Amino acid sequence: MERKFLMGNEAVALGALHAGAARGAGYPGTPSSEILEVFNQLGGKAEWAPNEKVAAEVALGVSFAGVRSFATMKHVGLNVAADVLFTAAYSGVDGALVFVVADDPGMASSQNEQDSRRYAVAAGVPLLEPSDSQEAYDFARCAFEISERWKIPVILKLTTRVCHSGTVVTPRAPDADLPAAHFERNIPYHVMVPGHARPAHRRLRQKLAEIAEWNEKNGPNKEIKGSKDLGILVSGVAFEHAREAAPEASFFKIGMSCPLPVKPMLDFIASVDRAVVIEENDPYMADAVRAAGGTVESAPEMYRFGELNVNRVRRILAGDTSPEAVPSKGRPPQLCAGCPHAVTFEILKQNNCIVAGDIGCYTLAALQPLAAMDTQICMGASLGVGLGLRHVLPREEAKRVVSVIGDSTFVHSGLTGLAEMTYNVPETGHVLLILDNSTTAMTGQQEHPGTGRLLDHTPTNRLDYEKVARAMNVPNVGTFDPVQQRAAFEAALIEALGKNELTVLIVRRPCILAMVRKGVKPADAEG
Amino acid sequence: MNEKVTSIKVAGLGGMGVLKSSLILAEVFFRQGLDVKKAEVHGMSQRGGSICSDVRFGKKVFSPMIPAGTIDFLVLFQEDQFPLYEAECSPDTVILKPTAIDLSRLGNRKALNVAMIGLLSRHLDVPVDAWLKVIREILPQKLHEVNEAAFELGRLSA
Repeated sequence: MERKFLMGNEAVALGALHAGAARGAGYPGTPSSEILEVFNQLGGKAEWAPNEKVAAEVALGVSFAGVRSFATMKHVGLNVAADVLFTAAYSGVDGALVFVVADDPGMASSQNEQDSRRYAVAAGVPLLEPSDSQEAYDFARCAFEISERWKIPVILKLTTRVCHSGTVVTPRAPDADLPAAHFERNIPYHVMVPGHARPAHRRLRQKLAEIAEWNEKNGPNKEIKGSKDLGILVSGVAFEHAREAAPEASFFKIGMSCPLPVKPMLDFIASVDRAVVIEENDPYMADAVRAAGGTVESAPEMYRFGELNVNRVRRILAGDTSPEAVPSKGRPPQLCAGCPHAVTFEILKQNNCIVAGDIGCYTLAALQPLAAMDTQICMGASLGVGLGLRHVLPREEAKRVVSVIGDSTFVHSGLTGLAEMTYNVPETGHVLLILDNSTTAMTGQQEHPGTGRLLDHTPTNRLDYEKVARAMNVPNVGTFDPVQQRAAFEAALIEALGKNELTVLIVRRPCILAMVRKGVKPADAEG
Repeated sequence: MNEKVTSIKVAGLGGMGVLKSSLILAEVFFRQGLDVKKAEVHGMSQRGGSICSDVRFGKKVFSPMIPAGTIDFLVLFQEDQFPLYEAECSPDTVILKPTAIDLSRLGNRKALNVAMIGLLSRHLDVPVDAWLKVIREILPQKLHEVNEAAFELGRLSA
């Protein structure tokens, strides 16, 4: 087929399409967001789910119908979907099921730099690590094949640098003659009660043993013969950096890093005078190969922070632990000029509120000049953390606590927090602000159940926050436009802070970027 | 083209068209039959913050990111961004600044990115038609006229 220039995310979408995936589900998260959007543009059936756990469950249901599916998420999304992964590993799958998980070493746009390879080991599922767009395409195809052959979920682990780098891809012919969806009753395999799960766990370990043997003989790993003086064991985009940093070296490139191809790795180590493991994030491969008796060097601790590049690989190979040059800081990201939701944080600051915040554009309100957010941990935590503070702080301090969450984040993980709020009510009550900009703004304006539109922007049911709050027995529910009704909104907030009751205020004003995209000038939008 | 890899860094602020212009660059070199890699960061850093994109092309390119000290062309959409990349430049780095363009002749300020591509094109062995073809394919039709003019303006600037 004709070669193409594709971003890693585009290559995964094309790979899933050519593998015949019947449906892709996910929740947007940088750097994974474009995969489902491109899959949809290419003609695939794609959906945004309320969160990654639901996305993974939908994908599992598709798989139980005997056809291929995948779920996309960023690395922290796998924390949310982990419950599905761990037991789907036991139940096994019918049609292929691939978890596409994008790690973010260096945290270009994330709250941590967790290493998803640990999840593969913990759950007992195979994991593939592409290094460029060609491999993103090839390994996506491979992941579907492995999943279906061994009836096991497979993780395709990307990183920011693979997702958002463009490289040349030559696709191959799409899979043909795939079976149609059909439900085959198989209760011992699909219902994980203890009596079914005990043999399922044994089946899982047996599958992993077979996959490990396959990976050692036929896995997507490759050896490049070079100098005997230096052998580099490497995975992911670090392979490209290392090829450039040490073109003369021998390479063992690991494509499937769970289960690791231990024997060929040990053979490679024995074939060179000096063996060095180069990997981003945790020393996962280095630890494993040492546990298997291999003698290898690995990167000093300082290199597990941040992503690697050619110069850092050179330093690792030279054993250089001198302080690295601090990259110059550019203009930091900030809320867009004219963002209507900056107003809310100005008001919170003026009223000396303790703000339990959440994940989204508005997290930027924690930075100067606003500096108006006090906590932010994970999706939905504004509710639980705010409530915890309310429960134990002295009365006058507790009454200043406000939870602030965006619309998409509220649907993702705030509904259960709201149930907690109306169940374990603090003595001083609580105040929740839902900042509704009618989109998932930070990740590029994706739809969600609160926008009333599907991934492809066609209409569907719209979740009504006001009705949800009332249905959960919140006594005070109000809606304000923070720009047009600024004074009334501030008055309502001050009133809510003064009473010992539960209040939910929906602060509604569309994202300014969405308005611009629709051709509404901000001036007109001021209405 | 020889074995050498050419590395271009495009830099500006979120919203200036840095990513669009690096996409045009990469596509042009790709169609010359070369190996091309492009690296950039999307997401949070784009909210009005400093942004850059690396484009590398040659017979075979390994890392998508330009190693420090090996930038061949630094294309700045905003001159005050230079200090961020100064340490990654070498004495041989060609630095292209927006001050080289007569902005009064630019039909639309938003077309500065394509004018800067025009300026860069003076240094690269690619026919004018190849640039214009990709610009027309990547940008929506209503922007063709202003961007073709911007490319010509950059191409004739020094």
